[in-house]
Amino acid sequence: MSVLIDKDTKVICQGLTGKQGLFHTEQAIAYGTNMVGGVTPGKGGQSVLGLPIFNTVKDAVDTTAADTTVIYVPAPFCKDAILEAANAGIILIVIITEGIPTLDMLEANRAVQEAGARLIGPNCPGIITPGQAKIGIMPGSIHQAGKIGIVSRSGTLTYEAVKQTSDAGFGQSTCIGIGGDPLPGTSFIDCLELFEQDPQTEAILMVGEIGGTAEEEAADYIKNYVSKPVAAYIAGVTAPKGKRMGHAGAIISGGKGTADEKFAALEAAGVTTTPSPAELGLAVSSLFSKSAKSA
Amino acid sequence: MNLHEFQAKKLFADYAVPVPNNTVVKNSSEVDSALKAINTSQWVVKAQVHAGGRGKAGGVKIIDSKEGVKEFVSRLLGTNLVTFQTDAKGQPVNSVLIEEPCEIARELYLGVVVDRAARCVVVMASTEGGMEIEKVASETPEKILKTEIDPLVGLQAYQCRELAFGLGLEGQQIKHFSKILEGLVKLFVEKDLSLLEVNPLVVTKDNILLCLDGKINIDDNALYRHPDLVEMQDPTQEDERELRAREWQLNYISLDGEIGCMVNGAGLAMATMDLIKLHGGEPANFLDVGGTATKERVAEAFKIITSDENVKGILVNIFGGIVRCDLIAEGIIGAVEEVGIKVPVVIRLEGNQAEVGIDLLNKSSLKINSATGLKEAAEKIVSLVKDVA
Repeated sequence: MSVLIDKDTKVICQGLTGKQGLFHTEQAIAYGTNMVGGVTPGKGGQSVLGLPIFNTVKDAVDTTAADTTVIYVPAPFCKDAILEAANAGIILIVIITEGIPTLDMLEANRAVQEAGARLIGPNCPGIITPGQAKIGIMPGSIHQAGKIGIVSRSGTLTYEAVKQTSDAGFGQSTCIGIGGDPLPGTSFIDCLELFEQDPQTEAILMVGEIGGTAEEEAADYIKNYVSKPVAAYIAGVTAPKGKRMGHAGAIISGGKGTADEKFAALEAAGVTTTPSPAELGLAVSSLFSKSAKSA
Repeated sequence: MNLHEFQAKKLFADYAVPVPNNTVVKNSSEVDSALKAINTSQWVVKAQVHAGGRGKAGGVKIIDSKEGVKEFVSRLLGTNLVTFQTDAKGQPVNSVLIEEPCEIARELYLGVVVDRAARCVVVMASTEGGMEIEKVASETPEKILKTEIDPLVGLQAYQCRELAFGLGLEGQQIKHFSKILEGLVKLFVEKDLSLLEVNPLVVTKDNILLCLDGKINIDDNALYRHPDLVEMQDPTQEDERELRAREWQLNYISLDGEIGCMVNGAGLAMATMDLIKLHGGEPANFLDVGGTATKERVAEAFKIITSDENVKGILVNIFGGIVRCDLIAEGIIGAVEEVGIKVPVVIRLEGNQAEVGIDLLNKSSLKINSATGLKEAAEKIVSLVKDVA
């Protein structure tokens, strides 16, 4: 078991013929992801990497029965690409692109919600179920099939979390990069709910950062609905106020959204936190020694 | 991106939102014609900088003689204004707004933001205008009225009326308020703003509503479709090194510490700063070199980091995902040779081909310290910097 994707998930790529799309689709196929086609308007009928290219997402869905898409198109065209996917009956839309205007995402999120689909990202590494399917830009090699569900707002910091949990011998059930934008399609809470229901996931590692209140809302959810042990790290204790730290969503505005507030909320909810990004693996280990003690 | 007050007021006027009669000067010689354009006996003179707290810092004055205006304008221009929101150096005053005063009966607050939790644009209004809204929000949250705008149908007339009644407006004021709010929300959406504040929105003794101040932040991700707003950018209000970094598509933020950092990825870059602090050092900057850490970009990043004289050592932390670490190592070696770094450098490479990369670093003639673990890297750079000091 895993969450959202497995080896049978049929995936298309919007923007497959672009540089990013081509490179990462090749990597995804090598990893074993069930890629079934690509969409580039005007290039329908061609074949790239052995995959059929379609003019529209609807054509791709009708022909391949794909229910998942990964989007690499440039930011100005992403809202359109998302709406096209949602209206064609795609149920999981993974959007990697960085730099999409916030108001575009506001409308896209609402449309996706009304279509009954789920959006992961934007500005994220994607989602991977180790050994089964990789949808996004993360390096497959550092992952290991296992029992930790990882959810994170970051890219390379997620890889750090993955590597440390692999090195500690736990492996990952599924890793979801929800992205560094202010309005992510999938939230921490959505992922916590999925991991709570997934039998393969035995513990959860959350990697948050400054900005917004998503971690505080997650803490509240954990207190009430999550029975599995959770460890967490928040990046940005040293971040100054009012400055955007690379990610569009990583900003302490009006004195709100600090790492200290988030750590405090998570600790109050019984989450095991660590102040050190070098000790994510250790924090997860402590979850298991704790539960062994209480058993 | 932030705008000046005079730029915000220009946009307000473009959307038929009333502002006091005003004009902006960038040079003392322009004051005479400015005063002619605003035919009153009193003038409000306001320094234009990207920071709040201008009034308390002496950047705003009501003056009742033309000579007084001229004198104050020449005194402000070319100086730096230090407010509670700026650093000790302050922000340079390169333009001054001169406007017609008004007699204030009530001061209100009006703001439009993207609410991340509610996932929509939210309008906030309060009877407590002229005060710091964060303070009002934390001390008397019941005094802040809110209404959420549905992204698909937009602001509705009843929402404007609800807020107007909530603010205690009456008669003609309600229509007037609704028109202002409709204009501001239209401006917010059409120009891709991330924050719009009018503090205060005043009701004058003549029973007119006027925006006495204006603050606008624009969503940087949307600037590509607003060339008119890009032209309003004022680079003098920004940190020099941050501007230079942006030209190279590097994400750099200046901090006060002594250990420079160069990292790939924003989250890992913040985490690296935190780790330095955790091990007893202070980070000198945030720097995300992005996914393509080529020799040229790494070299430029080193130049920007070392142009900060407080930097006593540099920690490079790269997690090579798809990018191979041996290529990154070659880039770093080339960049260190080119730039001629004089302070100790610790490099941590992890991920794809990390061993090969570290081997290359160790074999190079440069005095580079390599590290495999994150913790080891942070401990090394902190102790090297302490040794120098």
